[in-house]
Amino acid sequence: MHNKTIADLAKGLRSGEFSSLELTLAFINRIKQYSQLNCYITVTEELAVQAARAADDRLAAGNANLLTGIPIAQKDIFCTEGVKTSCGSRILDNFIAPYSATTVEKFTKSGAVMLGKLNMDEFAMGSSNETSYYGAVKNPWDMTAVPGGSSGGSAAAVAARLTAGATGTDTGGSIRQPAALCGVTGLKPTYGRVSRYGMIAYASSLDQGGPMARSAEDAAIMLQTMAGFDEKDSTSVDLPVPDYKQGLDNRIEGLKIGLPKEFFSEGLNSAVASTIETAVDEYRKLGAQITEISMPNLKLAIPAYYVIAPAECSANLSRFDGVRYGYRCQNPADLTDLYTRSRGEAFGREVKRRILIGTYALSAGYYDAYYIKAQKVRRLISEDFKNALTKVDVIMGPVTPTTAFGIGEKIGNPIEMYLSDFYTIAINLAGVPAMSIPAGFVNGKPVGLQIIGNYFAEDRLLNIAHQYQQVTDWHLQIPKGFE
Amino acid sequence: MNEQWETVIGLEIHTQLATKSKIFSGAATAYGAAPNTQACAVDLGLPGVLPVLNKEAVRMAVKFGMAIEAEIAPYSVFARKNYFYPDLPKGYQISQFELPIVGAGHLDIEIDGTSKRIGITRAHLEEDAGKSLHENFHGLTGIDLNRAGTPLLEIVSEPDMRSAKEAVAYMKKLHELVRYLGISDGNMQEGSFRCDANVSVRPKGQKQFGTRAEIKNINSFKFVEKAINYEIDRQIELIESGGKMIQETRLYDSVKDETRSMRSKEEANDYRYFPDPDLLPVVVNEEFKAQVKSTLPELPHARKQRFKQQYLLDEESAALLTSSRQLADYFEAVIKESGCEARLCANWVTGDLSAALNKAGLDIIDTPVSHERLAGLLVRIADNSISGKIAKQVFEEMWKNAATADEIIAAKGLRQISDTGAIETIIDKIIAENPDQVEQYRSGKDKVFGFFVGQVMKEMHGKANPGEVNKMLKAKLADSHLKTKG
Amino acid sequence: MFLTADEVKKIAHLARLKINDQDIHGYAKDLSDMLNLMTQMGALNTEGINPMAHPMDQEQRLRPDEVTECDNREKFQAIAPQVEAGLYLVPKVID
Repeated sequence: MHNKTIADLAKGLRSGEFSSLELTLAFINRIKQYSQLNCYITVTEELAVQAARAADDRLAAGNANLLTGIPIAQKDIFCTEGVKTSCGSRILDNFIAPYSATTVEKFTKSGAVMLGKLNMDEFAMGSSNETSYYGAVKNPWDMTAVPGGSSGGSAAAVAARLTAGATGTDTGGSIRQPAALCGVTGLKPTYGRVSRYGMIAYASSLDQGGPMARSAEDAAIMLQTMAGFDEKDSTSVDLPVPDYKQGLDNRIEGLKIGLPKEFFSEGLNSAVASTIETAVDEYRKLGAQITEISMPNLKLAIPAYYVIAPAECSANLSRFDGVRYGYRCQNPADLTDLYTRSRGEAFGREVKRRILIGTYALSAGYYDAYYIKAQKVRRLISEDFKNALTKVDVIMGPVTPTTAFGIGEKIGNPIEMYLSDFYTIAINLAGVPAMSIPAGFVNGKPVGLQIIGNYFAEDRLLNIAHQYQQVTDWHLQIPKGFE
Repeated sequence: MNEQWETVIGLEIHTQLATKSKIFSGAATAYGAAPNTQACAVDLGLPGVLPVLNKEAVRMAVKFGMAIEAEIAPYSVFARKNYFYPDLPKGYQISQFELPIVGAGHLDIEIDGTSKRIGITRAHLEEDAGKSLHENFHGLTGIDLNRAGTPLLEIVSEPDMRSAKEAVAYMKKLHELVRYLGISDGNMQEGSFRCDANVSVRPKGQKQFGTRAEIKNINSFKFVEKAINYEIDRQIELIESGGKMIQETRLYDSVKDETRSMRSKEEANDYRYFPDPDLLPVVVNEEFKAQVKSTLPELPHARKQRFKQQYLLDEESAALLTSSRQLADYFEAVIKESGCEARLCANWVTGDLSAALNKAGLDIIDTPVSHERLAGLLVRIADNSISGKIAKQVFEEMWKNAATADEIIAAKGLRQISDTGAIETIIDKIIAENPDQVEQYRSGKDKVFGFFVGQVMKEMHGKANPGEVNKMLKAKLADSHLKTKG
Repeated sequence: MFLTADEVKKIAHLARLKINDQDIHGYAKDLSDMLNLMTQMGALNTEGINPMAHPMDQEQRLRPDEVTECDNREKFQAIAPQVEAGLYLVPKVID
């Protein structure tokens, strides 16, 4: 039953084929069996069993929804009351969250069963899950390769059937890139669609939570629960949430797809490129019209991102000071020692790099040259998307330049790691929604197709992804050894 | 004051806004709660929490802006001011930097009878920090974050003041204004109204400002005056003895009456301000402004002018009565209730009532004598039922219990006797009993007249109408004079 | 662009991060590389462009002035490194 999608599991729960408790225990057993993947930082077995029992009662009483009784897992960036919430960092290794994120509460209310907390790059800073204090996660398709990051634990757990669905967060590609590298379906919603309350901030103007699952339909079911206005988040948008499942079966004849020529230039692995082209062909067969477009400012997305995100993170991470919660160094000599050693000892190298560069970019004399300049570039990039999306309905392209790279391969070269996020980062700068769906394999490793839509067009993206998944079976492939 | 030097002072006033909840969270702002019981997840800066702006804080800031005739920014932005301090949980303070909500305005102060206009550069919204308690916890400092997140309006003046006296006048005027507007309780002991002073000196006639020192957190009018005066003397002495001023932050020590350098703040601060991505631009549109405007009270200066014209009050009384909105409201309520002459009402409100309030350490809002009861007393003075002297006695009773003036007058039999027959009998008796004094009066010693008045009033237990007594006594004494002569 | 070890130390102090001496040069190199990446933006003419702080052109929503939070001190301080008498304790603060 662990191979079923959420949509099928919901049917099985209703038909009495299995109970939520049986389902939950089956997943818990798999999590233990495949612990070498290192997907989970915390497994909440006891809570899961309790929740499963309650879900079975709810199912019996007939007041369940599609997520009731479905085992899911939370990226360890979402605060969960009474459960350790580490954000992949030593500084929060002892942090038992005293409250729950809005997203977590919504899943709880829907009756979903939380299996545990998923591994991630420290404070979501990384593209390989190697910056986690809890060690790298392995890619179920190739145990020597990275699962991507920062939501690497989420992607690997969904791919290896260690959960039916998972949450992720995406600041520069952190849902889409691991989804692509692990062959799962991931959606980064429009900025403001999903509440950020209780989601530990990396870069506040870019961060967005979203679902990671085995199909577009499952992502639709999860987003239905996650999306919506939250009065606790000033940047949350007060717009009605459409029924995401309803539009999945709409036909997509006449769909206008734009392929930015900047996405298909040097740097893109040729095998990945041809996989993407094949996927686009599939859409052509479904009646879509393909046009080439140009988004000239995309090339500056990485430099702009690496000013804005570190600048925001340098302030966001100041609260980790060893005073009210989290790691505190032993025997601080004075206040400065308390701050510098607590932070110095408990933050990893990538986090420190970003805090330092962000601090520098905001400091006196550099603010205009870096921060303001980056915000202007951000405006131009965002205009590129707006312009393109007046001509086409969606933009398609690769998610990553290559398939999953080896663990340890890039960690020593941060700039190379940053550059690999070229296809995903601009989307966060603009704030538009985008998905990654499985589109094939190169040498046995998954390739993701990226679909980028207009603001609040998540329903359209899910429909377009679902239609592809009706005529292909890439998303149903199971990594060897995890059947 | 030194003849060759001119002082330049600008003030930054932090006033806590009187909202029920904090500026970015739903925690209470009440003063005096047990430590950290009013610090919620947002105030503590827990991971993942987010700020949401309190509408009332915005409304109050706009109200203040209107009162100082400033431009209200249609679009203002919150920024993060980054620095590490244990009373600042997030490691940054949410404040406004480039685009404050209130732009340039002004406030007029009176100095030695002449008016001076002090420019206000800007006023912006921000969150207060917590408190560090330096009591000895095994050599450690304790942090109470109840105050963290309390809304503050920081009001920055132009460097327009030229003496400590002017600075104090400005600060008092501003204090009066924020209380008038009802946007702050202005309680200085509790830190609701705090002042940082930027002080510098320059040779008279020089245009360029001297290097300034910023004196932090001076929390009383008296200390502001003392701290500035100390600082002026220190700076002049330093420069005259060949020293060079350095720009620095100083702390006023009220016990030693001196300012000293704050070493911990000496390191170059680089606050790395940038727009807070958790908050969106604050838009104040015409509708919002119109709504705030409709709640704007008559301002102290306008009200004072009206009191002078409408009630024919002198400057001093009008100023005193308009020093707080509640006092002015009380005064006008007394007039309305009693229908008495404004002069009489003013005398009682600024006189006996204010004295009694001062003595008891009470504010006008806590007065035990309501405006209705005071009006009842004044009516009896006006219709000659009681004398001013008896009225004071009645007022004292009213202060102690809830009875009306009429009830007290009746119960104690204090009604004034205007019955000429009764008064005449007494006067005749007194004249008869005191032939020596009659003789003195007759020989031109007018002072003795007071003796007779006193005797008559004493005999009548103070209840005789003094006007009537005077009139009759004069006539009788003149009469006896004639009689003796004849 | 190249950041010196001294500049790294200065930034590290602003950010209250202890960097071990043997690591300073490594950071200086990494940060210099990052700066060089950033300076690519200089190639784009951004004159007259309005900086974009936020993906959404929206205004701040205002919350009604209501007390919605109650005392949770015990829960919050259960995870604190050092508390006494309801206060968070830190090494002595000197003004």
